Parts: sequence; structure tokens; C-alpha cells
Amino acid sequence: MRRDLVLRVVAKLLIPFVLLFALYVQFHGDFGPGGGFQAGVIIAAAVIFYAIVFGLPATRRLVPDWIVESMVSAGVLVYGGVGVAGLLLGGNYLDYFVLAHDPVHGQERGIFWVEAGVAITVSGVMMTIFYMFAGRRREPDEA
Amino acid sequence: MVLLTMMAALTVAIVVQRNLFAVVVLAGIYSFLMATVLVALDAVDVAMTEASVGAGISTVLLLAALHLTRGDEVKPMRRPMLPLAVATVVGAALVYGTLGLPAFSDPQAPIHTHVVPRYLAESLKETGVPNVVTSVLASYRGYDTLGETTVVFTAGAGVIALLRRRRREEPGK
Repeated sequence: MRRDLVLRVVAKLLIPFVLLFALYVQFHGDFGPGGGFQAGVIIAAAVIFYAIVFGLPATRRLVPDWIVESMVSAGVLVYGGVGVAGLLLGGNYLDYFVLAHDPVHGQERGIFWVEAGVAITVSGVMMTIFYMFAGRRREPDEA
Repeated sequence: MVLLTMMAALTVAIVVQRNLFAVVVLAGIYSFLMATVLVALDAVDVAMTEASVGAGISTVLLLAALHLTRGDEVKPMRRPMLPLAVATVVGAALVYGTLGLPAFSDPQAPIHTHVVPRYLAESLKETGVPNVVTSVLASYRGYDTLGETTVVFTAGAGVIALLRRRRREEPGK
């Protein structure tokens, strides 16, 4: 599919908007439907779309393996870090009330970082699974 | 009702179909119908997850996996009578279990009288987040979501552990 001009142009046009929509889903999750999980999946979908049209090697140059694999663990660390930050500031684990000067702002801040952690891990895992599956060759006897 | 009938028809089609490519596409359609059902039930957040994960990413991942295997289901060696019996019994038990559930959208159901009224009434005041789904997910039930994220992380780590070693061995062959 790498030589198909229409697909390439449409993909280049669409992918920025897909990523923008992912950010919208992420940050608007407080007000409408959406949140970290959905946004992470949409980010991964944009990258996978790029990989299907432009090929896996080009995608691996754009989003290298080490970034994807560190995203897998970074998200959980961010989430756990929010909990530890609550502990250090004198609250319970994952207690957001202490994260800012007043409880409501603390809650908003906590939810923001927690959702960010979820989005990072989910998109990292989805991309990892795709890279691993798509990067494998067929067994010679079946090709 | 129309949606559920279409989903039942799709399930039969998936079971009968032997070509795995068609099965993957049908499963994607099934997920989209499920998402539509969830929208009809006013569960927009879940519908969004179902549409993006069930219909989108899983279809692509299954196609990627299909690329590595053969495209047709192998005929089973024996007639699967025992699995059929187990599936029938479990299905009957589940249907029997649903008879004991409260009626759909019954306001007196236990799930609507325990903590939900407090979440609905206090969520905006306590967290400043208008979407109650988000505040329950990320704040009130933060431990559960941490567990979920860890499950996703474990899945990714498992895939890396299983499939990456194979790739490293290949150049040495």
C-alpha cells in the first residue's frame, strides 16, 4: 500500500486530526465522554494507521521501540507517582485532596495526572502489541 | 431489539463462517453494534471504549495476527460434544441467574441505593469534574483504575517477553 498516492495523501491529512481528537478526548474527559483509556487507544490507532499506509520500518523510525516500551511502564509510574505524591504531602495513597491548596483543585490535578498515566500506558501497550505482531515474519513453510 | 436481533444473527454467522478474515470483520461489526446498544443505554463512555477498542484496535490486531497464520479454520478432529454440553449448562445457569436480577432501570435496585446517590449529588462539589464517570473512575475508584492500568501494563510486558526474544534469535539462525 506504500505506493498508493490517494492513501498516502489522505493519511497525511487525517493523522493530525486523529491526534488532535485524541487530545480532545483526553482533556475533555472531565466534561464529556472520554478519558485516558479512549485517548490512549486513539493515539495508538493513529500510529497504527501510519504504519499500515507507510510501512512498519518508517513508523519504527518515527516512533522508535524504546519510546513505545518506556511508555508502557511510564504510565503506571505516573499513576503510582500521583499516589506517592499524595503520601508525601501528608494524605493517604491516591488521596488527591492534598495535591493543591484547596481540595477541589487537588482533585482536578490528581484526576488530570491519573488520566495522563492511563493514556500513556494504554497507547504504549497497544503500539507495542502491534509492533510485535506486525514485526514478525510468516513461518517459511506457510509463506 | 432490532440491534440485539442483528447481534444474534451475527453471532451465528461468526460460528458458521470458516474463513477467519470474514470472522474478524464480522467481529468488528459485532463490536460496533454493541457500541450502538450502549449508546442507546446512555452509557456513552463505555460505548466509546467499545467502538475504539473492540471495533478498532482489536480488529487491526487480529488482522495482524491472522497475517502470521493460515486464513482458514481447521476442521475439528472429533465432534465437540462435551464442550457443547458444558457451554449449554453454563449458559442455562447464567440465564437462570438473570431471573434474580432487579428489573431494568428499577430505581430501588441495590446498585442505585448504595453509594451512587452520593456520587451523583456530591461529585461536582467534591472533585470539580462534571462528568461523574470520570470522577468515579479516576478519583473515588482510583485504586481499581490503578489495578486496571497495571493489568494493561502486564499485558504489554507479557507480549514483549514472549515475542521479542524470538526476533533476537532470528539473525543468529
